[in-house]
Amino acid sequence: MLEVVDLTCERGERSLFSGLNFAAPSGTLLRIAGPNGTGKTSLLRILCGLLEPVAGEVRWHGRNVRKLREDYWKDLVYVGHLNGVKDDLTVRENLRVNAEVAGRPASAGRLADALERVGLAGFEDRMARFLSQGQRRRISLARLYVSETAPLWILDEPFTALDVRGVAGLSTLIGEHVKKGNTVALVTHQEVPIDAPRRQRVEFAGGGSGAVSATEEDAAC
Amino acid sequence: MLRVIVQVIQRDLLLAVRQKADVLNTLFFFVVVVTMVPLGIGPEPNQLRAIAPGVVWVAALLAAILSLARLFANDYVDGTLEQMLLSSEPLPLIVLGKAAAHWLVTGLPLTIMSIVFGVVFDLGVTETGVMVASLLLGTPVLSLIGAVGAALTLGLRGGGVLTSLLVLPLYIPVLIFGSGAVGAAASGVSYAAYLLLLGAFLLFAAVLTPWAVSLALRISVE
Repeated sequence: MLEVVDLTCERGERSLFSGLNFAAPSGTLLRIAGPNGTGKTSLLRILCGLLEPVAGEVRWHGRNVRKLREDYWKDLVYVGHLNGVKDDLTVRENLRVNAEVAGRPASAGRLADALERVGLAGFEDRMARFLSQGQRRRISLARLYVSETAPLWILDEPFTALDVRGVAGLSTLIGEHVKKGNTVALVTHQEVPIDAPRRQRVEFAGGGSGAVSATEEDAAC
Repeated sequence: MLRVIVQVIQRDLLLAVRQKADVLNTLFFFVVVVTMVPLGIGPEPNQLRAIAPGVVWVAALLAAILSLARLFANDYVDGTLEQMLLSSEPLPLIVLGKAAAHWLVTGLPLTIMSIVFGVVFDLGVTETGVMVASLLLGTPVLSLIGAVGAALTLGLRGGGVLTSLLVLPLYIPVLIFGSGAVGAAASGVSYAAYLLLLGAFLLFAAVLTPWAVSLALRISVE
């Protein structure tokens, strides 16, 4: 259960949103939408605990994430704007090091499997600097396959730079993850259909009004 | 717990091996500064012998400052730092790993290089030994304290100058006791107190700075 209580966010003395409230029970796909510059990424960073809100708090299973810290991050996988890929490491090394540093060591077989499923088979020993944007994005997304047991995924524009098959594969993965009773929060400008049992939407209004609406979507669509 | 430290050290060493220019720059700077001094003040052996420890220590300190800029900057730019902040392992341990790796690619080569300078400046065996010991104890302190400065100025424009300003006052005690130890050895006085103090600095820095760096990193990334 991911809860947001009276959240207020300011960036550079400009108020992005205030008094934001919503609750996403386990097994929810939370989609955050709205025009550029309205605070979507800031909201995700607050949800992760990277950014401190001006007021309000984010709760994970009823407890403030800024107090939970490592106990919360153990449950969380964040794929941000930045891929977190080192140019001077190979694809395999990147994924392995990332898993180790995140505190989720994975076996060599599991890493190979993740790279295969994300479509990087055959590139394992290639330096990341020689890969395309889309392929670097895939290294970042392979982390999701390595940490399928993490109950919360927070994804910032995961579909950018991916090709059609990549988008389809990722949306299936997200749908399956939600079906297993996990929570996925994502920001995306593309209306990619994702089949999930329970969906919720946080809509940021444009025009600097800071208005936000949180609605539940019909599960059938 | 220890596993993550080892992994971070391995990662940073691997990156250092693949970007050799960065590491060699620091070492080259150190060598150039120390070798230029005799050319500047003339080849009087007694004079050179007297100033050698100070010169080596000042050069090591400047080389350490020069290398601080890249301690966190690359990780910050490509997003790996963000992932470290969201790790379920304690951030101070990751920071300790990064500082250790930084020392292994800057402080340790400088210390080994200083043996050569001991011979070049015609220091005695004891003096050279004490100089190496003081550098072995002192350069990790430079890496640890420097990490605080680097973390505080992360992502700022002109951060390099600011880092130096923040870090230099804290480097001064290390410099004084480091070169003081060699001076004491040269004049036949006991140098143990100096080395013990450097050791105390090292323990103090190893325990406290990782927490300070972690806090600074969280603020810088916001």
